[in-house]
Amino acid sequence: MATLNSNVPPGPLADKWRTYKSNLKLVNPANKRKYEVVIVGAGLAGASAAATLSELGYKVKCIVFHDSPRRAHSIAAQGGVNAAKNYQNDGDSVHRLFYDTLKGGDYRAREGNVHRLAEVSVNIIDQCVAQGVPFAREYGGLLANRSFGGAQVSRTFYARGQTGQQLLLGAYSALSKQVGAGAVELITQHEMVDLVVVDGHARGVITRDLVTGKFHRHSGEAVILATGGYGNVFNLSTYARGSNTTAIWRAYKRGACFANPCYTQIHPTCIPVSGDYQSKLTLMSESLRNDGRIWVPKKKEDCKKPPADIPEADRDYFLERIYPSFGNLAPRDVSSRAAKRMCDEGRGVGDTGLGVYLDFAEAIQRYGKQVANRANLHNPSKEKILELGEAAVKERYGNLFDIYHEITNESAYKQPMRIYPAVHYTMGGLWVDYNLMSNVPGLFVLGEANFSDHGANRLGASALMQGLADGYFVVPYTIGNYLATVKPTSRPSTDAPEFKAAEENASSIVKRLLAAKGKEPVNYYHKKLGLIMWNHCGMARTKEGLEDGIKKIQALRTEFWANVNVPGSGDNMNQALERANRLADFIELGELMCRDALAREESCGGHFREEHQWPDGECKRDDENFAHVAAWEFQGEGNVPLRNIEPLNYEFTKMSVRSYK
Amino acid sequence: MVAETSKNISVTIRVWRQPAADQPGKFVDYPAKDLNPNMSLLEMLDVVNDQLERIGEDPIAFAHDCREGICGTCSLVIDGKPHGPHHGVASCQTYMRSFEDNSIITIEPFRAKSFPIVKDLISDRSAFDAIQQAGGFISIRTGSAQDANATPIPKDIADLAMDAAQCIGCGACVAACKNASAMLFVSAKVSQLGLLPQGQPERDTRVLNMVAKMDELGFGNCTNQYECSAACPKLISHDFIARMNRDYLAASFRTAFKPKPAASGGGGA
Repeated sequence: MATLNSNVPPGPLADKWRTYKSNLKLVNPANKRKYEVVIVGAGLAGASAAATLSELGYKVKCIVFHDSPRRAHSIAAQGGVNAAKNYQNDGDSVHRLFYDTLKGGDYRAREGNVHRLAEVSVNIIDQCVAQGVPFAREYGGLLANRSFGGAQVSRTFYARGQTGQQLLLGAYSALSKQVGAGAVELITQHEMVDLVVVDGHARGVITRDLVTGKFHRHSGEAVILATGGYGNVFNLSTYARGSNTTAIWRAYKRGACFANPCYTQIHPTCIPVSGDYQSKLTLMSESLRNDGRIWVPKKKEDCKKPPADIPEADRDYFLERIYPSFGNLAPRDVSSRAAKRMCDEGRGVGDTGLGVYLDFAEAIQRYGKQVANRANLHNPSKEKILELGEAAVKERYGNLFDIYHEITNESAYKQPMRIYPAVHYTMGGLWVDYNLMSNVPGLFVLGEANFSDHGANRLGASALMQGLADGYFVVPYTIGNYLATVKPTSRPSTDAPEFKAAEENASSIVKRLLAAKGKEPVNYYHKKLGLIMWNHCGMARTKEGLEDGIKKIQALRTEFWANVNVPGSGDNMNQALERANRLADFIELGELMCRDALAREESCGGHFREEHQWPDGECKRDDENFAHVAAWEFQGEGNVPLRNIEPLNYEFTKMSVRSYK
Repeated sequence: MVAETSKNISVTIRVWRQPAADQPGKFVDYPAKDLNPNMSLLEMLDVVNDQLERIGEDPIAFAHDCREGICGTCSLVIDGKPHGPHHGVASCQTYMRSFEDNSIITIEPFRAKSFPIVKDLISDRSAFDAIQQAGGFISIRTGSAQDANATPIPKDIADLAMDAAQCIGCGACVAACKNASAMLFVSAKVSQLGLLPQGQPERDTRVLNMVAKMDELGFGNCTNQYECSAACPKLISHDFIARMNRDYLAASFRTAFKPKPAASGGGGA
């Protein structure tokens, strides 16, 4: 049984981090270069950690599977990054950001971690501006802000619709500076395929060179995983195709606990699936729901009609009907589940029947009349109102309408958008303590790959904040506390038996995949897994559904290993093999997610068990029995994993019901 | 060429197949039948690859990741054009409705002396990383930054810096240029940082070092054809090349005539 001590320091909430930081053990500057830290991943968390640790003097090796660190999927984040700067003078504070994040997570995160995140958020903005990140500015030259969900203040910093890109390129530039100076060894196109544990401590990783197929051994005094989330277990998601779970999954199989794997965020406004060939779903920003009205036809037989032919009386604006006080701005999880229910009733729209309308006609009329009024146009023609209204909507949402048009070839000015919920973030991940160290000493986990700060639901614009907080401002301090207990240059030789065994393990998986020589391509199984996960462990979960899902996944796993066809060999670039190797882990993870969802007999945030809801359909938490982190521990192949518990002790905040009425 | 239809189409793809960097390559034709016109070009390649894998043949290797036009991984020359027929989009944002039924679509990797082919449709663009490492940054240590609002930056300057900063590092500018010049890519980073007050201390060394690295890596020179900005998925303007040339010239002069400070640093008490 793993020991799960959160190591959150005692003392008043606002003083915890400051006091703790001052008392952490230090490594003297001359000794720092004697420690090698192996970092896997170079998204926001990995690149910022690699740059910062090497600036401190540690020897750093940074390994990525992409051809360049600039490709990491942090790059695709659109909206922004939260920070408690209070530049708008609207009453924001560290405490408010802490409280919003904790509540947004449905009281399933640690108070101490979340407060620290809110504290360092302000340093992130300073750091990024100093790097030359071109954040949006006001005419006076100061930084601009906007509002995001779950907050009543404007604290979101942004760079057009490409905030993730700009922050990542900032971290990438810091990393490039250190690589150029010879302080970081950058290794690209290498996939981590095993963790090496020596005497109970993480001491290195095995990688596979994706170009040559060769395995490599990397030894260090500490290992950092910053390898992102695992939403691609659903096959269709807003993740990049390459995002995968292999690094954290193989670490799990070496003893690191996997916490809250079932916490998945499903975003309500994505462009729906258009066919079974589809590889990827694209997000339409939540901001559209400020002006768009969501509806489906009242009658099933109307679903295939053009929307314009359905009269007002035959439309069901279901969010406005079910949640009158929040209407179209009901929270993400609630909106997603409502859309699914409409489609399950057979009232979904589009070719597949899995879509609802997001309609701007009313907004176009409203804005058109407003603009005409302001321009002193009396009795404007219908055409004029439409023209002015479309221009006003374009000014607000033009780039999103363009993306929608690119993908669907439809104009959302002329007909409503079709949208449907899609997977886009995983709150679960490897368990870490306050130091961001897993239960395997020496193994640190940052960013989306860990479970730490978002509880059961993440607020918008908080993922970027967490990735950079972990890499720039947390792990550079806390890793020293661990390394100070390790003798300098004590990392094992890569000839050690543990390295050999780990490499053999990784290469045996590759050999088995290549030897199967079955009948179906890898994607066939990924699609099957995705469907099982979506139907059994998606937006609404039940005991029976999850039990059934586990059986189906176990059967799929057997079939996959017996019948997958991976052409080619393992000694050169083989993309089918890369996909198969990742999918093998996704299949196992899928089963664990179902187990976690099954064991958590409550609903909270992104985890909705149909058995546990209030009469109005809201999540019904069970704080008495489930105010804890579930950290799963591997017990060997074929054995049921162990569910460890870390209780969540709320000293400063009252756990209350999240209500949107 | 754009077929605005909801009817499924069939095409033949003529794809560059090259097993490895040191082996010769050739075009191979594959049928791709009954395609939904709303399928993306990359999804069409997925479908063809599934067919190949089913019969145990090596799938077509191509670079891709985010499939929403921001990561810069996808890098196809489609019917002779880097990123295909449409303006201002990446390869992954090209859809089958852009092609006629029964047409032949030629698909090649980005080709340039400094982008050697790794396999099939994948070329090695690590030269771009090397250029960044030579100077594409502001030397700020984590934790040493002043308050973010301490230096106001005029909105138009910040916006122009953002225009340049949008570069996704895909390399289409190089693939489109007859000289295989990387000037658009380099000038985007030089301009972004050179426009901002934070970037001033290293402005001269940055442009000199990045350009020197670019030359060293074998990229060609700019002869003002502007194929680069026409192929750029983010429509980055070639005006930034002119801006970089001015910066480069000024930096060269300043460096040549700048008084050298006496050796600084050293022991002390």
